[in-house]
Amino acid sequence: MRTKKSSVVGFVKTLPQNMFSGLVVSLIALPLGLGLAMASEAPPIAGVITAIVGGIIVSILGGSFVTISGPGNGLVGVVLVAITTLGLTATYTAIICSGIILIILGFLRLGKLADYFPSSAIQGMLAAIGLIILGKQFHIMLGNKIVQDSGIDYLLEIPNTIITVFQFKDKGLIYAALAGVLSLAIMVFYSKIRNKYLQLIPAPMWIVIISVGFSYYYELILKSANPISLDYMIPAIPDIRTIVTEIPSPDFKMVGTLSFWSSVVALTLIASIESLLSIKAVDKLDVDKRRSNVNKDIKALGLATVVSGFLGGLNVVTVIARSSVNVNNGGSNRSSNLFHALFLVLFILLFSSELTRIPLSALMAILVYTGYKLASPVIVREIFTIGKEQLIIFFSTLLVTLKVGLISGIVAGLIATFIIHVVVTKSVGLFIKNILKPNVLMYKEEDGSYFISVKHFCSFLNFNTLKTNLEAIPEKNDVIIDFSLCGFVDHSVMENVDEYQELFHKKGGNIEVIGLDVLGAKSKHPFALRRLLPLHKILPDNKTKRQNNLSIVADNFNLSYNPIKKSNAEFLENFIYFKTKKIEHTFNELKEKNSQYQSFDITFSEGEFIAKEVVRTTMLYIKVSKKIPAFTLDKEGLMERLYALAGYEDIDFDSHIDFSNRFYLRGENPEEIKAFFTSELVRFFESNPYYHIESNKEGILICNKERIASIKEIKGLLDFGVRLNKVINNT
Amino acid sequence: MRTIAFKTIGIGVAFSPNLEANINEAARLALFFGSRLVLIHVGESSEEKLNKFLGFLNPFKDLGLDFEVTFKSGDPVEVILSTTNEKKVDLLIIGALKKENFVKYYLGSIARKITRKATCSILLLINPSKERVSCNHIVVNGLKDPKTEETVATAFFVGHKLGANKITVVEEISDEEVSVKVDDDKSLRKSTIVKERLRLREEMRVKTILSTIPGELTKNIKIKSQPIFGKRGYSIGHYAQVARADLLVMNAPSKMTFWDRLFPHDIEHILTELPTDVLIVQ
Repeated sequence: MRTKKSSVVGFVKTLPQNMFSGLVVSLIALPLGLGLAMASEAPPIAGVITAIVGGIIVSILGGSFVTISGPGNGLVGVVLVAITTLGLTATYTAIICSGIILIILGFLRLGKLADYFPSSAIQGMLAAIGLIILGKQFHIMLGNKIVQDSGIDYLLEIPNTIITVFQFKDKGLIYAALAGVLSLAIMVFYSKIRNKYLQLIPAPMWIVIISVGFSYYYELILKSANPISLDYMIPAIPDIRTIVTEIPSPDFKMVGTLSFWSSVVALTLIASIESLLSIKAVDKLDVDKRRSNVNKDIKALGLATVVSGFLGGLNVVTVIARSSVNVNNGGSNRSSNLFHALFLVLFILLFSSELTRIPLSALMAILVYTGYKLASPVIVREIFTIGKEQLIIFFSTLLVTLKVGLISGIVAGLIATFIIHVVVTKSVGLFIKNILKPNVLMYKEEDGSYFISVKHFCSFLNFNTLKTNLEAIPEKNDVIIDFSLCGFVDHSVMENVDEYQELFHKKGGNIEVIGLDVLGAKSKHPFALRRLLPLHKILPDNKTKRQNNLSIVADNFNLSYNPIKKSNAEFLENFIYFKTKKIEHTFNELKEKNSQYQSFDITFSEGEFIAKEVVRTTMLYIKVSKKIPAFTLDKEGLMERLYALAGYEDIDFDSHIDFSNRFYLRGENPEEIKAFFTSELVRFFESNPYYHIESNKEGILICNKERIASIKEIKGLLDFGVRLNKVINNT
Repeated sequence: MRTIAFKTIGIGVAFSPNLEANINEAARLALFFGSRLVLIHVGESSEEKLNKFLGFLNPFKDLGLDFEVTFKSGDPVEVILSTTNEKKVDLLIIGALKKENFVKYYLGSIARKITRKATCSILLLINPSKERVSCNHIVVNGLKDPKTEETVATAFFVGHKLGANKITVVEEISDEEVSVKVDDDKSLRKSTIVKERLRLREEMRVKTILSTIPGELTKNIKIKSQPIFGKRGYSIGHYAQVARADLLVMNAPSKMTFWDRLFPHDIEHILTELPTDVLIVQ
């Protein structure tokens, strides 16, 4: 266990890094905060207040490590309904009440509430929220503000709006629409461009910078007014003094009404679901693999929501996209959340008047993209591969949410799921008789591994008992889950168990699921079966030109070639490069017979949700025959100097000044690394092309650009690797 | 400690398809334990009935079985319980019913009532058969309870007599005893330590109980002690099922109130989902 002193030292050491990460997150949080608040028809500053209050309170009292809190996407729909039915001040009261309920839930240890919702229903609900956001903001993005009754009506009006845009006569509106389309293009294409300087500033901030620049260009150089119609600019943002003096006083008049409490329930429900899903997803990204204290976090979020409500802000939730940006930029503890809040305060202090130069249509483009990501067709396709019945659940939740409301939607999803389960098993009794039974048995076997046996059935209704048992096992252990006494296992359980498998695997343990084939063999339980199917899709026979060329290269270098996708890339997991990245699969593998060298194309993703970037690149892996220290070697550039400022240390050699200047070398054990980098090795690096080179003690990973390499580049890569290995073996 | 023996074994018999299997099982057990067998039939006595019973019993008579058949009309529960007392039956055998899908077993309402009210030990048979099926693995509870010592001793007695080769003593540790709730890494470490400590404590306790068992009973039997964390009474049944035990030996419940039936616990769980043959030691 770490001592208190060393943890303090570690905290101080990582402080600059967290400050840097907090800065980057605040850059994305500012435009998102403004946008989310405006989409919910609250004053734009409300979103920023939410992020500030959330960042400060949750960073101090929360139980998670690398999450960022602020205004959430999911809540837009609910807050919108609340504001239209209750009015703004009563909505603040509802927000305060939902915060209090969250605190109570935290104390009652009901953070697990979200486990009781089937995953397809949650997917459906999130998709519906996405469509609500997209449907409403799409019109504003194109400079065509309209008012409709329900979410569906807004969606149906989209074609009309597109037609209207081409008939615009008003120049102000045309410019507004252009700003919107351009911003949407930035959001879409940003993740496709891999440039480390461009990527330093998140896409939403680029939109802000470009639109503020555009406005200044007109004002200072063309000396004319901003051509975008004033209706489509962000309304005046009060400065900090006005914000403080004009804190809205909550209005308790509506407390007796039903609509007030249904708003409170919806706010609480969505806030807790969104937070819990995000915390779970962010925990998976955490480099240090820590486990968040969910109930403590819920309490902190609840308190933050109460304070935020009193100050004129919205519900504070844990947000996935911003948290993933935090992890990717080196955030390692809660201080980055605090810094994100402090930077936001700074922005409001310094630039609150500049923010009115941002066109509303540009801001709404960010939200349209967010909405699209929530309801993307990819999600529907994925659900379809799991099973058609999941689509029924998904769409019944989605449609009811759009037509009636969030709570009805989620209830519809629950009912649909239960009915489908009953139909599939042809038995209501199985569920009713056994729902309250403690159906999970866990014990430690003599060899130290854990055995879990599940009886009767396991579905979203009682997954919690299984979850509690899984949570109580230290993740470095081996676990066997036996479903053979189970009559039915549903998709939500399979998905969650899969997540636990991933988690245990990351921390050095292993979960094995047995007994499902029994279910399959009787062909009574298609849920479990279908879940197991889609993984290794065999590549079609018709190879691409590149693949044909690769097999020629394989012959030339005397290697074997395998184009098929593989999902197990365990040998890559210890590399620092992949700590914050999720490997999807490797393919087009060239392998030496004794498997010392292997080059492959790899698909991995970085970040989550709107900050998600899928990258395909080519790498070379060399298994070294002797023990070498772990290190990372990069070309030294502006970014690396910046990193060095933020607390990453560069190991320099006095005797090789040229090498030290041109290369950025780091690792845990500088002494060992210095001893390993002999003059011969240094000369080798100096006289050869730059590559990103990383060692994990057992192997070396070499890659260049973050894209698939050409045949010529692969040859170069192989040649470089072979020669490097020789040099290493000689030293 | 009193010497453990079943002097008289009782079984309620009715004319069901299982009749022969039930009688065979009871007679075999009586021979193994060297006990007298009392057949209790609820109903009027008649020559025809008696002949039928005797027909099944005669093969065992040659092996030296001492038996008696009683007839008495009335309420089945009352009759069986009163006859058990009269005849000083100390082990009552009850056959369970199979569910349609042939996987699950349950007790009929009469059998349940008898089980709750009986003052002697009870053996619930889920799968009576005409031929002998060997009993290899016995699971016995190791609860912290004054009755446990005798229950464990009985398990060894039965195991010895039936030639079992493995006995597992299961200590059920309820979640309430693990006072630490798992929230994060720190509390997980703490709860793991607490559990380990409880495990050691329980194993020590079981060891002391085992040391009181006479050596002749433990001969040739592999002994295992297995702590499990879970709901008392329920988890042990689940364990017996997972471990493919042939017989589960349990303490008789201390008292049964109305509430116990409404919120089933301990033995009641076992009665609703018979995992295997169950011996309840009074």
